[in-house]
Amino acid sequence: MKSKKRFYEFLVFNIFRIISFLVVGLLFVILFFISIRGIGVINWEFLTSMPKEGMTQGGIFPAIVGTFCLMVGSMLFAFPIGVLSGIYTNEYLKESRFKSFLRSMTNNLAGIPSIVFGLFGMALFVNKLHFGDSLIAGSLTLGLLALPVIIRTTEEALKTVDMSLRTGSYALGATKLQTIRRVVFPIAFPNILTGLILSMGRVSGETAPILFTVAAYFLPKLPQSIFDQAMALPYHLYVLTTSGTNMEESRPMAYGTAFVLIMIVLIFNLLANWLRRYFGKKVKM
Amino acid sequence: MLNKSQRKTFEKIFEGLLFSSSTVTSITVIFIIIFLFSEGIGLFNSKPIEKEYFIALNETNPVKDISPSDIDLIFNQDVTNWSKLGGKNDSIILFTLNNITDYIPEDSLGVNLEFLPAQINKFISSNTGVIAYFPDEYKPEKFDAFILPVGNVKVSEFLKGKNWYPTNQPAAQLGILPLILGTLWVSFGAILIALPLGLATAIYLAEVADMRLRNILKPLIELLAGIPSVVYGFFGLVVIVPLVQKTFGLAVGETALVGSIILGIMALPTIITITEDSIRATPRSQKEASLALGASRWQTMVRVIIPYSKSGIAAAIILGIGRAVGETMAVLMVTGNASVIPHSFLQPVRTIPATIAAELGEAPAGGLHFKALFALGIVLFIITFGINLTVEIIKSRTKRA
Repeated sequence: MKSKKRFYEFLVFNIFRIISFLVVGLLFVILFFISIRGIGVINWEFLTSMPKEGMTQGGIFPAIVGTFCLMVGSMLFAFPIGVLSGIYTNEYLKESRFKSFLRSMTNNLAGIPSIVFGLFGMALFVNKLHFGDSLIAGSLTLGLLALPVIIRTTEEALKTVDMSLRTGSYALGATKLQTIRRVVFPIAFPNILTGLILSMGRVSGETAPILFTVAAYFLPKLPQSIFDQAMALPYHLYVLTTSGTNMEESRPMAYGTAFVLIMIVLIFNLLANWLRRYFGKKVKM
Repeated sequence: MLNKSQRKTFEKIFEGLLFSSSTVTSITVIFIIIFLFSEGIGLFNSKPIEKEYFIALNETNPVKDISPSDIDLIFNQDVTNWSKLGGKNDSIILFTLNNITDYIPEDSLGVNLEFLPAQINKFISSNTGVIAYFPDEYKPEKFDAFILPVGNVKVSEFLKGKNWYPTNQPAAQLGILPLILGTLWVSFGAILIALPLGLATAIYLAEVADMRLRNILKPLIELLAGIPSVVYGFFGLVVIVPLVQKTFGLAVGETALVGSIILGIMALPTIITITEDSIRATPRSQKEASLALGASRWQTMVRVIIPYSKSGIAAAIILGIGRAVGETMAVLMVTGNASVIPHSFLQPVRTIPATIAAELGEAPAGGLHFKALFALGIVLFIITFGINLTVEIIKSRTKRA
């Protein structure tokens, strides 16, 4: 009886183990598949030249530049607001109805589908404020999308700072602002930075919010101002796979674009993990 | 150096800055609601036929009211007799700019169509079965016909209508039932796939795997959440679509099933993370008490840990559905986008987000189609808002308990 039970348990746990490895295996299948087909396309010309001949030749330079501009632009907007907002809710607000209201609004914003952000960005920035399809409209839309993540990571980072450090600072006569600026924020900063990097990685891959706010189907020049349209990597991949002029011939371009996109996400994730570990050790000492 | 009172003002100003930053998310949510509704509600104040066009019938025709879907049936010649619409037994004669020369010789219309209005009037009043569709500029001054009153789009027609052909002439078909059902099918399919895998993985990570293995697996699963949806769509299109097509011997591989598989993979990290967190939240004392009573690890899991964390698991399922419902690009790329009511997983379907993404670029701003897509956005927003609210309620209950 007992051995039967043991065997049963052994069996179930092993099935769970296999499933877990299967799930992680999925990640590797996707990564390897795209890497194997995409890495052959990557060369200096692919990364630094304009698309040519109905996007079946040439490179993806304008899309890389566009995505980079969107990442920076959205973070210029979302990072300060997100961090300030996180500081306010964690350091200034006591548990109250207002605080839980703010928190649930942030959660709601995080749960809104990205295509709805696209609709909103189009209605507000493109049409109402007459920005047109432009980098600024796309950056603001993406910034709003990333805001909840930055707020949450900031709050989490601030929570890890020990209360005794704050009271110690107050005891020395420091004001609240001084305590935050000199004591709390420097300790929490690495974790906040991790959140920034992760949300940059996320922003780089978002497609739905930029469909109607910035993304150009085919634009073989670089944006000159924040009111210009731009190409972007994820939208470029979408165009290449679903509506290119010659989908068979542009397939290698699509693999190359997917590879670059995955590499950006991978690098940002690894960087964030490394930062977390590096500073994690430092703080513990 | 600032003196004390200056410093105090500075702190006050800074606090004001912090406060205003913290309201940005709330303002955004409110703005999103305002903008979606202000554009989308307009749909229900518009008529489903083209602006500055009219539909006219012979005055003696007893039919005085035709719904947009019936208008569509008539002009597609699926309905060819008035008796089907409650009228007399009289065949329907379509009369539009496209076929006018079948009935009236071209030279009698005048060089600049200046005689057209008079000819329209004559033709309609002399044929009992006619239904005419013309621009207002050709409306005769003295018109002896019944001009069909076309009512505004109704909410019930919008939600229950079975056809989504928003650019149809003369009457746009704005029924979103196939889109709602398509979204639900794909999302529930995704959960059916993701739930067993996700639960097993979460239990393994939380209870079975040792710390070192977990520290390797966990970041990898988080990475799965970081892969952009358009890459999932691309992968689905080049790998899973052909696979499904071959396995089931289908004509097209872009089906609800592929959508569910891809969305299932995408929902996995959400389900795993939340479930694992709630399993870990089980108090150690309860686990150890169970083990001390002689229960095996498996019994402890089934009888103690899972019951304890069941609200967390429920939250994970609902949030997973929420992710799947709102997902756009991957679904757009792999489900084939046919706006028909789904009957099987091996059929192409079309979801609400995919419809918005595919069609908004072609819809002129402020037009009927544009408003209809914003109304779809409202539906999507309400669904996801409801899901988030449910999760929050579940969470706050567990906290209190």
